[in-house]
Amino acid sequence: MIKGNFIDNLPKVYGIYTGGFIGFIIIMAIAEQMGMTAKAIGIAFVAFTVAIYAIIGYLSRTAQADAYYVAGRQVPTVFNGMATAADWMSGASFVAMAGGIYFKGYGYMALLVGWTGGYVLVASLLAPYLRKFGCYTVPDFIGTRYGGNLARFCAVVVLTVASFTYVTAQINATGTIASVALDIPFQYAVYVGLVSILLCSMLGGMRGVTWTQVAQYIVLIIAYLLPVFWISNKIGAGFFPHFMLADEVARIGELEQQFGFVANSKENLAMVPKGLAGITKAHSAVNATPWAFISLALAMMMGTASLPHVMMRYFTTPSVKAARKSVGWSVFFIFLLYSSAPMLATLSKLALIDPSLPTGIIGKSVSEVQAIDWYQNWNQANLMFISDFNGNGTVELNEFFMGGKAVVLATPEIAGLPYVISGLVAAGGMAAAMSTADGLILAIANAISHDVYYKIIDPKAETAKRLVVARVLLVVIGFAGATIAAMEIQGILGSVIWAFDFAMSGLFFPLVLGVWWSRANREGAIAGMVLGLLSGLGYLIWVRNGGSGFLGITQLTFGIFGSAVSLVAMVVVSLATSAPNAATQRMVDECRIPSGKSILGKQH
Amino acid sequence: MSKQAQHWEKTRGLLFVTLAIWFVFSMGIFLFGAEMNEVTGPFGYPLTYWFTCQGSLAIFVILIFWFSNRQEKIDEEFGFSERGDD
Repeated sequence: MIKGNFIDNLPKVYGIYTGGFIGFIIIMAIAEQMGMTAKAIGIAFVAFTVAIYAIIGYLSRTAQADAYYVAGRQVPTVFNGMATAADWMSGASFVAMAGGIYFKGYGYMALLVGWTGGYVLVASLLAPYLRKFGCYTVPDFIGTRYGGNLARFCAVVVLTVASFTYVTAQINATGTIASVALDIPFQYAVYVGLVSILLCSMLGGMRGVTWTQVAQYIVLIIAYLLPVFWISNKIGAGFFPHFMLADEVARIGELEQQFGFVANSKENLAMVPKGLAGITKAHSAVNATPWAFISLALAMMMGTASLPHVMMRYFTTPSVKAARKSVGWSVFFIFLLYSSAPMLATLSKLALIDPSLPTGIIGKSVSEVQAIDWYQNWNQANLMFISDFNGNGTVELNEFFMGGKAVVLATPEIAGLPYVISGLVAAGGMAAAMSTADGLILAIANAISHDVYYKIIDPKAETAKRLVVARVLLVVIGFAGATIAAMEIQGILGSVIWAFDFAMSGLFFPLVLGVWWSRANREGAIAGMVLGLLSGLGYLIWVRNGGSGFLGITQLTFGIFGSAVSLVAMVVVSLATSAPNAATQRMVDECRIPSGKSILGKQH
Repeated sequence: MSKQAQHWEKTRGLLFVTLAIWFVFSMGIFLFGAEMNEVTGPFGYPLTYWFTCQGSLAIFVILIFWFSNRQEKIDEEFGFSERGDD
């Protein structure tokens, strides 16, 4: 049972859990040797891990508002760090990041810098102050600091737009993985994924999500690191890849020189299946302009500091001090995965293109490559493709195409690792997508149930009724997300990046100035949120419809424009209207010092 | 100046230092990405490549812990730290 002393026993509980999971991997490895089929192993991995999350979700059930909304504010720093890392690292980080690095190199790596650097802003500008405030949700802070239902409502709208953009991609990812691992059609798998997600969050709210996210982090980090280390050792690249791949990186540079990047004709490219790409950019050279790199990093950093599902994790710590430290732990746990992604991309690329390695396919004859088992499997899964464009009978660098996901999903098989690793990777991807989806759905449902229903519509509602409303919303939003996910509008990563831009357009300055500029008032905040979001959205629509854009701001960085408009609008309107009253000034002063009572009561 | 105003002034000072370091390693150095990549960095990786893979990321982890400790010292100095521990 999860009771008071559960908190003291956390290291032991999760230690046993980790040991149990490693034991399960070993059992599966033995079962594979004894002839268990690949399909059965895949099913066992996904079913076993999801069952554990469901049990944790059930044990964390609660009927109390502060447990449901902020996990009772007793999550220790290190565990909150792990939960935040799982909350943060989505299916996209897990499955698509190494692929992005593999194909786009330096220009893409701005995301790694942005998605970690943003936490410096979280720690220094926002998290400790919002924790001191004692809010349940991010709009709760906006509504209390600026006062009035309109400001609160605007914050709920921005939160919903940003988080919903993000969540469809996550449900999509759980569906993709469930459909592959369980071998069922995607349109059903999406709902299997959704049910798994809701099992974690429905009964226990934030408390359930916290303890499942810690469990999911452990699964996803083992599933990411084990193959990277194993592959590196197996192909003799180095015992500790992070410190030892300099020669491999240099070797890829040499091979790129030797092969050259040959541009394919339009007619030839039309033959390549949709979604697959060839290697057209240098692996470790600087291939983007400074502004392209910096603007993408900046947009991701400001977006990080504005995304409510991340911010609300820091509402669960026991103190302000713990909230700050916990941000440090979050980035540490994120760093473990992010610093491994470029290593995996390097190993994967070298294994495939180096003719001196047995796995290398460049320079081999086309018929020889087409006879390789793993090539056939991944070609069938629509993630790999070769074609002899120049008709010389050998595979050239520009004649080999791969899907971004294949870097994570296929490299273990290419390097000759046992299938148990592929099952483990599926479980890791599922954990990553589920944990992020849970955080996002909960952020939206909590904002609507707490800020719209309880604070605006029915302030006299009983706790029991509030929590019923919260749970019904959770299910409704989950189903809405799954339904849209089933339509597959944007690729996984496209919509993830948009979510950051939406969040920063509408929320970054209203949040930051709420703490750091006591003169900021309600009118200013409303103008900042509304004009910021609308101008960001307008810019996106304009660029999507063939607009040229300006200052090199693209559809991936439109938040820079949105947030600039938001800042100007907020400052101008605040100064043109009257200063906030003395009570608000006192509230701002109060939230700036860690000691004393939180501004909002424990139960509110 | 009141105790609270002094506390806030120091807090703001720490914020500027933190953001300056953050700016250098998240954006500043990438102004010179192409030039820096000619240099060999830690563990033999090209320098800019190393920063994007590990360097900047690790610096952010250290920076946040350093910032937290400094801020705790400031809070203690003015008697604003929380009672009890985490």
